[in-house]
Amino acid sequence: MIRDITLGQYYPADSPIHRLDPRVKITATLLFIIELFIVDNFIGFAICAAVLGIVIAVSTVPLKFIMRGMKPILFILFFTFALNIFMVKGEVIWELGFLHITKEGIKIAVFMAVRLVLLITGSSMLTLTTKPLNLTDGMERMLSPFAKLGFPAHEIAMMMTIALRFIPTLLEETDKIMKAQQARGADFESGNIIRRAKALIPVLVPLFVSAFRIAQDLAMAMEARCYRGGSGRTRLHEMKLRGRDFAAFLLEAAFLALIILEARYF
Amino acid sequence: MPIKVSKLTHIYDEGMPTEQVALEDVSFTVEDGEILGIIGHTGSGKSTLLQHLDGLLKPNSGSILIGDVDITKPGVSLVDIRKRVGLVFQYPEYQLFEETVEKDVAYGPGNLGLSQEEISERVREAITLVGLDFDTVKDRSPFELSGGQKRAVAIAGVIAMRPQVLILDEPTAGLDPKTHDDILNMIRTIHQRTGNMIILVSHNMGDIAEIADKVLVMDTGKAIAYGTPIEIFSKGEKLREVGLDLPPVTEFCRKLGIPETVLTVDQAVQKIKEFIGA
Amino acid sequence: MDKVITVEDLTFEYNRGENAEPVKALDGVSFEIDKGSFTAIIGKNGSGKSTLAKNLNGLLIPTSGSVFVEGYDTKDDEAIWEIRQRAGMVFQNPDNQLVSSIVEDDVAFGPENLGVDPAEIRRRVDKALEDVNMGEYKMKAPHLLSGGQKQRIAIAGVVAMRPEIIIFDEPTAMLDPKGRKEIMAIIKELHGEGKTVILITHFMEEAIEADRVIILNAGKILLDGAPEEIFKRVDEIREVNLEVPMMTDLGDRLIAAGIDVPKGIIREEDMVEAICRLKSQN
Repeated sequence: MIRDITLGQYYPADSPIHRLDPRVKITATLLFIIELFIVDNFIGFAICAAVLGIVIAVSTVPLKFIMRGMKPILFILFFTFALNIFMVKGEVIWELGFLHITKEGIKIAVFMAVRLVLLITGSSMLTLTTKPLNLTDGMERMLSPFAKLGFPAHEIAMMMTIALRFIPTLLEETDKIMKAQQARGADFESGNIIRRAKALIPVLVPLFVSAFRIAQDLAMAMEARCYRGGSGRTRLHEMKLRGRDFAAFLLEAAFLALIILEARYF
Repeated sequence: MPIKVSKLTHIYDEGMPTEQVALEDVSFTVEDGEILGIIGHTGSGKSTLLQHLDGLLKPNSGSILIGDVDITKPGVSLVDIRKRVGLVFQYPEYQLFEETVEKDVAYGPGNLGLSQEEISERVREAITLVGLDFDTVKDRSPFELSGGQKRAVAIAGVIAMRPQVLILDEPTAGLDPKTHDDILNMIRTIHQRTGNMIILVSHNMGDIAEIADKVLVMDTGKAIAYGTPIEIFSKGEKLREVGLDLPPVTEFCRKLGIPETVLTVDQAVQKIKEFIGA
Repeated sequence: MDKVITVEDLTFEYNRGENAEPVKALDGVSFEIDKGSFTAIIGKNGSGKSTLAKNLNGLLIPTSGSVFVEGYDTKDDEAIWEIRQRAGMVFQNPDNQLVSSIVEDDVAFGPENLGVDPAEIRRRVDKALEDVNMGEYKMKAPHLLSGGQKQRIAIAGVVAMRPEIIIFDEPTAMLDPKGRKEIMAIIKELHGEGKTVILITHFMEEAIEADRVIILNAGKILLDGAPEEIFKRVDEIREVNLEVPMMTDLGDRLIAAGIDVPKGIIREEDMVEAICRLKSQN
């Protein structure tokens, strides 16, 4: 049923990775991405993969679950691989008409593919081990120093919170409206693209009306509960960095140093 | 056109950890021209049942005969089902989308592939049937109307398809008492004019007691009782077990110690008169 | 007795664009609300009852006249947060008033906005969820709860702000009978604990639970008094297309049929008693 959908792709578990402060995890993810671009040889990638492997093992998220998230990007992976393998010039080892594969091409294609896989697996670990709401909270707090410069950190976080709250509601609403229009003979499945797009109007109009009504009601309810922006607000969950968070941060720094050294000397 | 539902079973997410039996072996028969009331608390399977009757969901097993056609068979087209069954969802005013009332009501008949004249005639008839004046409302935006009028227009949108069975899922939900009575009277009028079968789902026991010929009681996906309102509402204990109440007037007469099952306030006055011995 | 709300000659007009005439939703309404009282405001759709509710905590500001909440004028911009903290509000649609995808975070929303200390927020959230019997749901997502449960969360969110007054704007209109009973039980409990309760409703069975009923019609107060007194005036109420409680209706028809029950009975037990007395006389 539509109401059972899980948002983001959070994998509920109680691992040391899950328990880390979201800010530490966000920083780690950002550093990991940077490291992947510093690395310029396969030994470096091997180190990154090993570290990621340890993180995955500690997080108790099953590999199958992570792989499922990879499916939608298989096409991009294949596309970049093909692009690199055919486009890079160098020592030709195979040729067919205008297509030619070079030694350098293979190297770069494999290189890019590995980088992309690590990049996506690494960043999905963040969403797999952090509840969406904690993630939003973490981002709000990390960005809050920039609020003084006019960056709307709180507003962005609030918008994300509300989106997380209402996406299931709107999905349910869409399901209801589609069924109701089907009961009036709507056909969403046959005909060409233009016909199908037209068939969606009876769904989209009520859905927008509904979304506006929700927005209006919600704005009123938030005002009634004394919402007046981020200043002066306190939070139920205080974010406090604990021992384990500092330990994790030290490990991150060590990892970064290792990668920089590796890139320089190998 | 009679409806015969036999051993209808529907399971959501079969084989998944979230598996849920929404309907289990539901069987009942409704005769042509009857009003069937379906009662049951939220989550008892009423909505799932209605969506089967309208062909929006297919059962895991069982059949639904409408006239002589089993609408659960794969070969039956949705248009065929629509010509037989019209389903008005809860809060139907949330489906309105056209610029004018006339266009909105014409959406359903338009999907049936009828001629322009046929559509116009049906639209006029349907809008009149729900108690609105065709010429005053036809060019207005459905979004400008009052709550009760919006709901009436939405119901007209289904009636205009001239279904032989009209199903209404809580048609009076969220309305004030006056509008509630208007909609209920409108359902009576539709029934008198068309003579067709009406299936009505409601939480309001008083409405069911007054309007229904037969009552089906649903609980946890099963049809646990079926009979005339008198038969159903004389079993107060059984209803309470599944979280349902008696109509308030029935409950009151029971408390007084009147032995018969009373369904309407008029009957209650009569019985109380006899009870006092005046 | 202390007055917590004073409404003086309140008129409210909705603007409908530049060229259209403004619509008068409230027209010269005046009344006072006693501390700790339970008032039901009834009226059909379009009678102005929802507009009135939104004027009571500064969500809408009077076009003319004034509303005072514990001495604060709702027209005073400075006082608006004081007013909204003192007069909490529960809305009709249970879905559209919850902000967070986790129950306890939603309940914390109000106190967070007030700048309450985190430890104190924790205490208030736990207590408020307990008050509405939803303690075990605190980590759940609202969209998986029933309508009645969502509405209980909304109430907890208001209770956690520790308001003196709680305004309920048709809180049961979208609920099934079970949810409706749950919410009414909680409203009565809150009143019992000393909160001032204002209940906007169109269910007469709910209105008779109050100790004062105000009937609104076309933006004006039609009747105002104790339910027992108000519902004696069956004809005036029917004239404006409103219903009376079922017992009052039954009593009225019994009287018409020549059975001499007292006029204006609103409660079942009183009717049973009246009928049994007549039976024993015969």
